[in-house]
Amino acid sequence: MNGLVILIPVALGLGLAGLAVFFWSLRHGQYDDMDGAALRILIDEDKPAEPDDDA
Amino acid sequence: MNAHAPALAGTPLPETRFSVPGMRCAGCIAKLETGLAAVPGIMSARVNFTAKRVTITHAATLAVPDLAAALAGLGFEAQALGGGLGDGLVAANDDSKYLLRCMAVAGFAAMNVMLLSVSVWSGADGPTRDLFHWLSAMIALPAVAYAGRPFFTSAWTALRHRRTNMDVPISIGVSLAAGLSLYETIIGGAHAYFDSAVMLLFFLLAGRWLDAVMRDRARDGVTALLRHTAPGALVQQPDGATAWMVAADLRPGMTMLVAAGERLAADGDIIAGRSHIDLSLLTGESVPVLAVAGDTALAGTINIDGPISVAITAAGADTGIADIARLMESAGQSRSRYVRIADRAARIYAPAVHTLALLSLAGWLIAGAGWHQSLLIAAAVLIITCPCALGPAVPAAQIVAAGTLMRAGVLVKDGSALERLAEADQVAFDKTGTLTLGRPQPLTLDGLSPAHKSLALALAQTSRHPLSAALRRALVAQGAVPAAIGDVTDVPGEGLSAQWQGVPISLGRSDDDGAALACALRVGDAPAIVIRFADPLRPDCAASIAELARLGLPASILSGDRAGAVAPVAHELGLAARADLSPQDKLAAIAAMKAGGARVLMVGDGLNDGPALAAGHVAMAPASASDASQNTADAVFLGDSLAPVAMAVRVARATAAIVRQNFVAAVAYNAIAVPLAIAGQVTPLVAALAMSGSSIIVVANALRLRGAAS
Repeated sequence: MNGLVILIPVALGLGLAGLAVFFWSLRHGQYDDMDGAALRILIDEDKPAEPDDDA
Repeated sequence: MNAHAPALAGTPLPETRFSVPGMRCAGCIAKLETGLAAVPGIMSARVNFTAKRVTITHAATLAVPDLAAALAGLGFEAQALGGGLGDGLVAANDDSKYLLRCMAVAGFAAMNVMLLSVSVWSGADGPTRDLFHWLSAMIALPAVAYAGRPFFTSAWTALRHRRTNMDVPISIGVSLAAGLSLYETIIGGAHAYFDSAVMLLFFLLAGRWLDAVMRDRARDGVTALLRHTAPGALVQQPDGATAWMVAADLRPGMTMLVAAGERLAADGDIIAGRSHIDLSLLTGESVPVLAVAGDTALAGTINIDGPISVAITAAGADTGIADIARLMESAGQSRSRYVRIADRAARIYAPAVHTLALLSLAGWLIAGAGWHQSLLIAAAVLIITCPCALGPAVPAAQIVAAGTLMRAGVLVKDGSALERLAEADQVAFDKTGTLTLGRPQPLTLDGLSPAHKSLALALAQTSRHPLSAALRRALVAQGAVPAAIGDVTDVPGEGLSAQWQGVPISLGRSDDDGAALACALRVGDAPAIVIRFADPLRPDCAASIAELARLGLPASILSGDRAGAVAPVAHELGLAARADLSPQDKLAAIAAMKAGGARVLMVGDGLNDGPALAAGHVAMAPASASDASQNTADAVFLGDSLAPVAMAVRVARATAAIVRQNFVAAVAYNAIAVPLAIAGQVTPLVAALAMSGSSIIVVANALRLRGAAS
């Protein structure tokens, strides 16, 4: 029973964290361009890397 | 980066979105984003490769033509997406995101409540069980309130209009299960159905979300194909200057200057110039007609060769094109009355479920059980009959089928289109642009020597005239290499002339001005070589029509072209044909077929096919069709071949078969589960197993459609 006091909040907390991250990624357009994301990794950038913005 | 930026700080910079169908690879993404960002006035550019779009953030001083020019400078053809169309797209994607958020919450709640429920089922009792029930309630109740909204609002709307739909039993079942479980929890009872309630929501939301994703994807695909030409014209001002005006501002009495290759924005009389006019999208006429001063020119037609001045006689809502739009609108109303198969099932299913639940409640009350137990059993009946498998049954099959079709080059706009496509039992084809390619091709190039071919190619590649373009395509396909020529001049309406090793050469109008399309190549004083053109049938045309016939869809031709042009095509394909049809005639022909009990699949591309496309039971258009036709059609097929039409019908039928199997599975499952529920034998564990089991079966069955297009 004492174990549950720790384990249940941990389990729920992890689940909620996952949900929060999913909502964040959805709001920031992480799933808007699935094919493009796969291709962007192939782009050679000669100039120094730009700060990543989510515009 | 830009002089305007500080002044505009604080106010959001304008964003303009362009459709760029030409992007193909990672290199294109990099080229677009870095290339555009280097243009003065453009702050940033972001490519969405999936939707083939680029969003440009720029200074307010840059207008759409400037941005399009910047894109053209990078070598990409682009069309601005704007106005109502763009807004509609954003709203639609928000809809699927809303469903996805609801689904995520329901999924989170279902997993965690299930975690707690498993312990209860494994034998936790006393204070542990009560604690777990309370925890479940704290997770499930907010989750139901959040994730259930799509169902609650839809059910409420239906009830307010004194109708019922699938969402009514879902809403009642979920609320009753959640409410009763809360009561059980408060009195320390043994069974709580929180897990069933949230799991039900999760599976149903998965079905809804799949449906929304499918619509979004198809709409993005179709939007990328559209030309989005904002119709307008260069208008001659009283002071002699010219100004570009959008179609809505054009008025009778104005004079518009239409360059070669432009589409007319208003009806009018030609007052100067001489040119061929392409009527194919408006009337189905396959051969461009020669128009000279005094002739009438109609909005929606394309001016092919020479510049013309047109005195506007009708603009906006008075043009012939606007009449077609009105016809389309009224013809499309019959299709909006189509009831989707899931809703048809709900019409029978929902009252049956309500009656069963009420009967079990009454039965157990009469049998002497208390209110509490009777309500619990009624809730179990509602939950177990709630169409958990029915929710994903239809959309799962349809999204797999739509994905299969998309890979094979057919964009299906929504699930209802697939259902109607499966029901079609007759097919009507337009001729020009649908059965045929809608663009001229040289009949034969055998009359040309290799030297002539290279001269013809050198001349043809300097012009955008449709015949030049067709000749260039055919010659390049034969491997011809352009000769070195100089002093190329292009006289609109006459042709191209140039110098080759001191010899005057020309590619221009053929003197023998017959009905057929032709051009003549003249080298020095040698006799002219006439190259004839025709609009060929699409590849696989005969095979596709034969396959459609085998599928039980006899074909016929409804054409606006002259009888003389339709007859050879009809004869070659062995089809019944009607020619010289106006848009109203085509609409009437479809209506007559419908009155005879037929469910017509209309395949057409022109503006004149619009009303018939809207009136058909289901409609398809090639990707080369006019924007209006692609918007009206239920499915758009890519490429030159006609084979996708027959394939789409085949896949739609396979989908309908899978959906039927899923329904049968759902009914069989209910036949076993409902008596158990009425008998009061359904514990939360049984409900959970039944629900997930039936959903998995349904989705697994739908996945069989993956190979349906081959």
